[in-house]
Amino acid sequence: MSWFRKKASEPPDPPSGGSAEGEPAESPPKRGFFGLFRQGLKRTSDLLRTDIRDLFTRRQGQLVDEWLDDLYAILIKTDMGAGPAKEIREHVRTEFRGRVVELEQLIDEVKAKFRSLLDQESTSIRLAETGPTVILVVGVNGSGKTTSIAKLAQYFRRQGKKVVLGAGDTFRAAAVEQLTIWAEREGAEIVTGPPQGDPASVAHRAVAAAVERGADICVIDTAGRLQTQANLMDQLRKIHRVIAKQIADAPHETLLVLDATAGQNGISQAAGFSDAANCTGIVLAKLDGTAKGGVIIPIRQRFRLPVKFVGVGEKSSDLAVFDPSAFVDGLFSGPSE
Amino acid sequence: MFESLREGLTTAFKTLRGKARLSESNMRDGLKLVEDSLLEADVSYDVVRDFMERVTAKALGERVLNALDPSQQVVAIVHEELIGLLGEADPSLHLNKDVNIVMMCGLQGSGKTTTCGKLARLLLENDVRPMLVAADLQRPAAIEQLHVIGRQLGVSVYSESGATDPVAVCRNAVAKARAESCRVVVLDTAGRLAIDRELMDQLAHIDRQVEPDQCYLVVDGMTGQDAVNSAKAFNEALELNGVIMTKLDGDARGGALLSVRHVTGVPIKFIGTGEHLDALEPFRPEGMAGRILGLGDIVALANEAQRLVDEKERIEYERKLQEGDFTLEDFRDQLEKIARPGLIQRIVGFLPGMDAMRGMLDSEDAAGGMRRLAGIVNAMTRAERTRPRIIDAGRRNRIARGAGVEPREVSELIQQFEGMKTVVEGMAGKDMRSRMQAFKELQESGLMNPGAVIQKVKKGTGKRLTSHEKAKLRQQREKELRRRRREERRR
Repeated sequence: MSWFRKKASEPPDPPSGGSAEGEPAESPPKRGFFGLFRQGLKRTSDLLRTDIRDLFTRRQGQLVDEWLDDLYAILIKTDMGAGPAKEIREHVRTEFRGRVVELEQLIDEVKAKFRSLLDQESTSIRLAETGPTVILVVGVNGSGKTTSIAKLAQYFRRQGKKVVLGAGDTFRAAAVEQLTIWAEREGAEIVTGPPQGDPASVAHRAVAAAVERGADICVIDTAGRLQTQANLMDQLRKIHRVIAKQIADAPHETLLVLDATAGQNGISQAAGFSDAANCTGIVLAKLDGTAKGGVIIPIRQRFRLPVKFVGVGEKSSDLAVFDPSAFVDGLFSGPSE
Repeated sequence: MFESLREGLTTAFKTLRGKARLSESNMRDGLKLVEDSLLEADVSYDVVRDFMERVTAKALGERVLNALDPSQQVVAIVHEELIGLLGEADPSLHLNKDVNIVMMCGLQGSGKTTTCGKLARLLLENDVRPMLVAADLQRPAAIEQLHVIGRQLGVSVYSESGATDPVAVCRNAVAKARAESCRVVVLDTAGRLAIDRELMDQLAHIDRQVEPDQCYLVVDGMTGQDAVNSAKAFNEALELNGVIMTKLDGDARGGALLSVRHVTGVPIKFIGTGEHLDALEPFRPEGMAGRILGLGDIVALANEAQRLVDEKERIEYERKLQEGDFTLEDFRDQLEKIARPGLIQRIVGFLPGMDAMRGMLDSEDAAGGMRRLAGIVNAMTRAERTRPRIIDAGRRNRIARGAGVEPREVSELIQQFEGMKTVVEGMAGKDMRSRMQAFKELQESGLMNPGAVIQKVKKGTGKRLTSHEKAKLRQQREKELRRRRREERRR
């Protein structure tokens, strides 16, 4: 335990903006998506990092088991779930038991663990070889589907692509109006249907319109639904089928919009929506709050579902391509205040 | 709702059960499982630690370890502590002024606007005139959404197009409500991040200027550990009077409910259990604790039943039953009442020990089945509905075609109705005890088929099994059971 006292006597030096990790991350945040990403994660990282460092300044020569429990508490608070948190705790326990550790070393270790958990092949959107790329957007009520679609529309518009939106949320009051306003702002075309109408028919017409007008991207909104509502999940299957009938390998992407504040229910959401709509990726929305979105870790573990984008603000430009390395760096060593 | 938390706790208690005496160490193991299941239910870590400390201290007491059925004692302790943590029930809106202002706030997408509509509906049910105010000037089409809900309910909605100052909108709305003598003004404010200083200040500004009588925080039931942070921020900025938790009809574990209650200390007012506007229940801690532990909630069931059938209708049905006038048409009306989406699962959730049924009724298939039955009745002529006896093969085929079902299903419906009629008519005018008895008979006779699942008649093959074959079958069953348990554990 003596190492601990020794450690506590000298204040742990602040990690300098992630450069310790060998990541090419400068302290002034880069512009563009990467910078946006960091900016959005700033609050998250401030919170998490303070916690880890508190661990060292607060604890003075106490039992290792006790601060492992504290580490566990911090990990639990990221919403990564008890299982993965235990895994990391045990990993750190076996690696560091009875050893003199430095703050950097421990953080690097946990970071590496996070990174290996989040390691994914590719985050880019799979584009159609010819004709429009169809993207179906699904998720539970209030997860941020419509706003995420507006952000996607802007993302593609900025690449000079022609975008058609399908207002498939015919259930919620004024959802169509909301998307229509966004479509106008982003300069995208929109296909709508009557309130309470058949969303599959809207999807069909949206895809048809995209083909007819030679659009590059067709994003289809759906009504929010809970993954336990079997008939509504069947409706998703139908929408998926209708789209596939028009273009053989469409939808090219089915994105699940996941609220970063969601807890362990996110796992059930990923399972339910993947089963019904064959999800190909996740949009992690509302990551600009204090929530850490750690639930993507067990989701990644179980379903191999990659996160493609993160929403980091309320404006339609607040969308960033998911970068696992930046996500992890941001968690532990983002620019401090 | 809360299945997962409940399942976890059930497993935890199972490990305690069946042990004649509990030692301190196996009690601790069992309690560890309780802790894990609370964490997996998204209860905030600090709340869990606090809770477990108290439960552990009590559970390791002399009286529990030496009790005849220690696991029961532990359940009782957890139940009691849960009720304590959930706090007192207070579903009253405290409407003691001519015009009462209720402000709704919460994070984006927590369900504020829908909850405003649900609250308005609840007020209407209690003969109180509400007015909805569109104070969300941020989200595109939020005003339009509130108007649509207002039209659905027949409630007036106040909004100003092009307005930029929510305080002015709220003030004007209150003046208008006074003029129109609406007793409750519900302010639908913009969703925001708790850490967004600017928007939070704006909310506090509304709070100071408009002086709402009640301020409720709307929390998404699927929220994770972050519930503590946001609830704290809102509570500090606004002096909350209550919490409404939404989206508890799915498989969300709703542990955030415990966290929010712990942080804010204000009562949980209502819980939202569906996307339809009638799915808002007053919160009762005993009922909720019971539901979490799988003990059922009979009071909520009775309330729900009362809401479905009003007293006049009930007397009318009673009379018809006594006089033997109960027709297929009445049968259909009753079916339609309960065949609303989500309702059946909700009701089953109130009943103790009905978890198995819940699986059967999982999804909205049951409601669909009932609607099918109602469809069959609709395809009949009036004469057929009053005297099903006249339905012959020809009529049967016609009805089946009209309803888009197999002729067999028509026969099954009539059979079911006739069987039910006899029993139900026998029940009419009797006291509760004989009713329950009759109900039990109905269930046992297999005539009651709540899921309206088309039953396949299993025919015996007439072949008797040798003892060797029986043993083999038993082995298979056990193997299957073990496999299922393993899978459960893995989940």
